[in-house]
Amino acid sequence: MTAADKANALREKFGDLISEPAGFRGEITVSVADAQKIAEVCEFAKKDLGFNYLVDLSSVDNYGDDPRFELVYELYGYGHGCHLRLKAALSEEIGEAPSVAGVWRTADWHEREVFDMMGIRFAGHPDLRRILMWEGYPHFPLRKDFPLAGKATDMPDVAFSNPAPLEGGPFVTSPGACGSEEREPRAKTFE
Amino acid sequence: MSSVREIDFKDTAASAAGAAADLDAPDDMHGEKMVLNMGPSHPATHGVLRIVLELDGEEIVKAVPDVGYLHRGDEKIAENMTYTQFIPYTDRLDYLAPLANNVAYALAVEKLAGIDQALPPRCQYIRVICCELARISAHLLGLGAFAMDVGAVTVFLHTFTQREYIYNLIEELTGARFTTTYTRIGGVSRDLPEGWIGRLKQFLDGVRVNIDETEKLLSRNPIFQDRTKDIGVYSAEEAIDFGITGPNLRGSGVEFDMRKAHPYLVYDQLAFEIPVGSKGDCFDRYLVRIEEMRQSADLLEQCIRQLPGGAVNVDDGKFVLPKKEKVLTSMEELIHQFMLVTQGTNVPAGEVYFGAENPKGELGFYINSKGGGTPHRLKIRAPSFVNLGILQHLLPGHMVSDVVAILGSLDFVMGECDR
Repeated sequence: MTAADKANALREKFGDLISEPAGFRGEITVSVADAQKIAEVCEFAKKDLGFNYLVDLSSVDNYGDDPRFELVYELYGYGHGCHLRLKAALSEEIGEAPSVAGVWRTADWHEREVFDMMGIRFAGHPDLRRILMWEGYPHFPLRKDFPLAGKATDMPDVAFSNPAPLEGGPFVTSPGACGSEEREPRAKTFE
Repeated sequence: MSSVREIDFKDTAASAAGAAADLDAPDDMHGEKMVLNMGPSHPATHGVLRIVLELDGEEIVKAVPDVGYLHRGDEKIAENMTYTQFIPYTDRLDYLAPLANNVAYALAVEKLAGIDQALPPRCQYIRVICCELARISAHLLGLGAFAMDVGAVTVFLHTFTQREYIYNLIEELTGARFTTTYTRIGGVSRDLPEGWIGRLKQFLDGVRVNIDETEKLLSRNPIFQDRTKDIGVYSAEEAIDFGITGPNLRGSGVEFDMRKAHPYLVYDQLAFEIPVGSKGDCFDRYLVRIEEMRQSADLLEQCIRQLPGGAVNVDDGKFVLPKKEKVLTSMEELIHQFMLVTQGTNVPAGEVYFGAENPKGELGFYINSKGGGTPHRLKIRAPSFVNLGILQHLLPGHMVSDVVAILGSLDFVMGECDR
């Protein structure tokens, strides 16, 4: 049974909720139309389709589009060796999806990371706290409207509360942009 | 006459099972709980892991790992630079095996670009050599540090001697000892230096002896056995549920290796075995790593025998920088050079996930591209991050001294965990 068959089995079970499987570079991706159903779909994928390993859970910020966010679940089954990607779009207003930490326990930390970096909340998560940034940090750094140089925070005692003097990154080459002296003053200033 | 009282010492496994039940019935033996902060600068936390332990006597009741002290925002940085420019950042993920990270990242981008099948055989063999050399290097350090944490300092010095030879080889190959940045999209930065293969052979002869000696120092050492056997046990089901990969998964008896299950490069043309543990305790994970190093040495020997000649880069000016003489004399190569340097490798829109079997586990890159030279989103699936997720489940019921053995046996790197 290939990954495409598994995707079709999902379609049989959930009907129009699951999109037509799309193949790219030998991987099968299906979209889940309603992000609020993702936990049910995952539960079924694990119990009945043998996807016992959640490889990765990540998120994409399509800033400017609606819905803005995408959740990406990479599933794998040790029994059958198939890889399947589930995707669910999520609008900024809702900003919340059901947690799959009850399906795979590894999702606990993955969901905390998505919350930390992208600000997407997970309903029913046992312990939804920031994981990489510190408790009380006010921004979500992987969102596209968060600048690479960082944002000033009002927090006292944070050493780097001022944005670094970079524009678009230290070594980013964008044609037509200003020269490296302006982009990275520290790199070219001689005492 | 004083009366004789029987004192019952429970073994660790039994106390782990009984921990929850004991706590419900408070008596003289169970007083107030104490909170102990371990890390972020504890020598056994291998970097900057912090664990907040809630203790009842010497027994752990609750453990809350705290990661992120080494967070540098690699994924954000990746969105702001070309694919090639991100290669140096991959050195700094698992900084004990930078070559393996370079290879995994290059393969992920090549999969997205659709040139992973076009890699010349010599390039693939060189990359396998890189991966296996990195594996031996990472396991040598992992085992050395593990043994040192449980009291056997000699082992650390012993394995570090061999790592020094590996670093010498890596320096010759890449020009850097630590931050290698060896691969490029579509190949490697340079071919093997003259006479390097001979020196690699010499090293292999030495390292085999060293692995045997390391095993002699530890496998039958009663102190080491006492500290590691039946400590930190998790079943195959638990390991899969928590997403554990690499030697930590195989220690629990799951015979799974990305190199065998989904062979990349030329792993399908090489013979090697997957060592697995039976119990899933710290000792099994140690044995798996020892055997993996031997298998890696075998793989390296096969690569040396089979290493073909030819080019080391994809023959496509759209991905690999052309030769400098050509750039100065030919218009087409000049344009390729200009586009590659200013715009980056032009990859199609789409998304891929590629996972490679790294020394610590499955290092995966999820790349979401809207076309062009920079990723729209690059997610790093770091094995150390996922492997540490089991700590809060695994530690309760153990003694404080067992934490050191468990952390050593999980063999994580915080650079990769925190990204």
